[in-house]
Amino acid sequence: MNAAVVEAASPGLWALAWRRLRQDRLALSCLVVVAVFVALMLASMAGLVASDWEREAGVTYARPAFLPRAPDTLVAASAAAAAQRVPMVDLSDIDPLAPRYEEWRQRAGQLSATLPSRSETLPLGGDQWGRDVLKKTIKGSEVSIMVGLTAALIATLIGTLLGALAGYWGGRVNDLMEWVYNVFTSIPYILLILAFAAVLGRGVTTIILILGLTGWTGVYRLVRAEYLKHREREYVLAAKAVGVSHAKRMFAHILPNTSHVVLVQFSLLVVAFIKTEVILSFLGLGVPVDVVSWGTILAESQDELVMGKWWQLAVTGTAMAMLVTAVSLLTDGMRDALDPKLR
Amino acid sequence: MGAYIARRLWQTIPTLGGVILLVFILFNWVGGDPALVLAGKVPDPAQIENIRRQLGLDQPWWIQLWIFVGQVFTFDFGRSWSTNQLVSEVLLTRVGPTLTVMVPMLVLETLLAVALALLVAYVRGSLTDRTVMFLTTVAMSISFLVYIIVFQWLLGFRLDWFPVQGWSNDLWTNLTVYAPLPVLLGVLVSVAPSLRLYRSFFLDEIGQDYVRTARAKGLAENRVMLRHVLRNAMIPILTYVGIGLPGLFVGSFLLEVFFSIPGLGREVIESVNRSDFPVIKAITVYLAIVTMSVNLLVDVLYRVADPRVSFK
Repeated sequence: MNAAVVEAASPGLWALAWRRLRQDRLALSCLVVVAVFVALMLASMAGLVASDWEREAGVTYARPAFLPRAPDTLVAASAAAAAQRVPMVDLSDIDPLAPRYEEWRQRAGQLSATLPSRSETLPLGGDQWGRDVLKKTIKGSEVSIMVGLTAALIATLIGTLLGALAGYWGGRVNDLMEWVYNVFTSIPYILLILAFAAVLGRGVTTIILILGLTGWTGVYRLVRAEYLKHREREYVLAAKAVGVSHAKRMFAHILPNTSHVVLVQFSLLVVAFIKTEVILSFLGLGVPVDVVSWGTILAESQDELVMGKWWQLAVTGTAMAMLVTAVSLLTDGMRDALDPKLR
Repeated sequence: MGAYIARRLWQTIPTLGGVILLVFILFNWVGGDPALVLAGKVPDPAQIENIRRQLGLDQPWWIQLWIFVGQVFTFDFGRSWSTNQLVSEVLLTRVGPTLTVMVPMLVLETLLAVALALLVAYVRGSLTDRTVMFLTTVAMSISFLVYIIVFQWLLGFRLDWFPVQGWSNDLWTNLTVYAPLPVLLGVLVSVAPSLRLYRSFFLDEIGQDYVRTARAKGLAENRVMLRHVLRNAMIPILTYVGIGLPGLFVGSFLLEVFFSIPGLGREVIESVNRSDFPVIKAITVYLAIVTMSVNLLVDVLYRVADPRVSFK
């Protein structure tokens, strides 16, 4: 968008939209939040942040640093149990290994093992293996955001292409596309996803494919309507009159004029897909269990909550809610900025 | 009217054909060789050959497609690959629990969302309105998973107000003991998006001239809102509810999984996990048929409710 501001001599659609968006404080702050999330994700992919997320830096379920030390019922219980235990009996006269204990102690003394120091607390707590929840959430954002963005991109591309073809050509092409659209929308959406998941299997690429292949219908509907509207407009007729090719009219003339619709749909899809990925991964139908994503983290957190270890659920849930809220509000802002008539 | 219904039914034939074709392609080509799925971990060539003959996989594809079409119209999908139950039996026993949860949920959610949306639309622009709108945005951004995990733990486990999960054979026990918590959660989550949408419908109507006229002739605000605005806004609201009706049969599969309700949603998830293709195929095709029928029914009712709608 910045580039558009610089290049455009007379303010174009994007420059005007950007100018309006800059007035909108809420949308701008959401843009910042989204940018921070994407930057963290990219940094994590490049290994700059949270690359040591797998290090077991704390004790099991290390508590968040801000939490006052709670009386540890487990330790108290084991201490009480130990106190009740029968006193040790000296078995050394009948223990066949007794003569060698001293030798082993000496040999063990020659080795120096440095146990990694595990801290009692971590900034936002630790998980079952004492891994830092904050770093884990950042690492998990990689898969979740990646899946959301890529799948939304695929769905938007398919929807735009089919919508453009149907709207521009009309007639037989339109009938065919409408048929495909009707088939896809007559199966309840979630069932469609699960049917695809049943045959395509698991994995990050698969889940992107599934979401992309099933989620295009909304984009198609709107893009088709836009093309129907635009193909009779004077600028398109004029382009036709001077002999501009069909492909160029479709994608170089009409497409930029529908791009605001496409952009809004794209960001709506990103939100929807991030949410869907989380749910599918939770159910074991999304990314594999060994890949850390927000869905697999939430799947762990159900049992943790029963034990009173709420921090992993809280951190991941909050991160996800923040990103989704920011993208949703930004979408509202973009919609207003791109189409001021709607206000 | 009769001609319209006949034409609409005629139009659903290619769509239904498409659904059958899509499911066929997915499960017969993309899904890999079902014989390998069925034969298990240590496949025996003779056994695989046997299974292929039984399923008709040794036939050319058009005959396989024909077998599938036959299955759809005779309601005979054979037996489940994992439990060996008749697929039709599985479907019939799973519909009940799903509807037990979904129908109260839809009714409560619609009533609540309409009432709240009307209130919020009435005080539009005020602090209350903006607060509610902001809260709904935040509420919608939290994953359904988080809601279920937290509330099942809090209300079921910690406070012990509801059973954590379970299901019985008695409809009344189910409705009063096991369904309330899932229903409550479902309502809680679906009320926010509906509230926002219905509010916009109400705002559209409040801006109309007839509302100003009604006020100008001195009608009480109650009457303007309930008699004029509400009635007119009911048309888009009912359309929206109608679009969501087929979802009743899919159910909220997440709720069914968490609360171990033996409904269609959970059945689908389990079938996907077990690669139980006949069950998924049957559910997909029949729910598509249900969806098409419900859509047709809604369109017809729409005509009854609003005589201005004309059938093209």
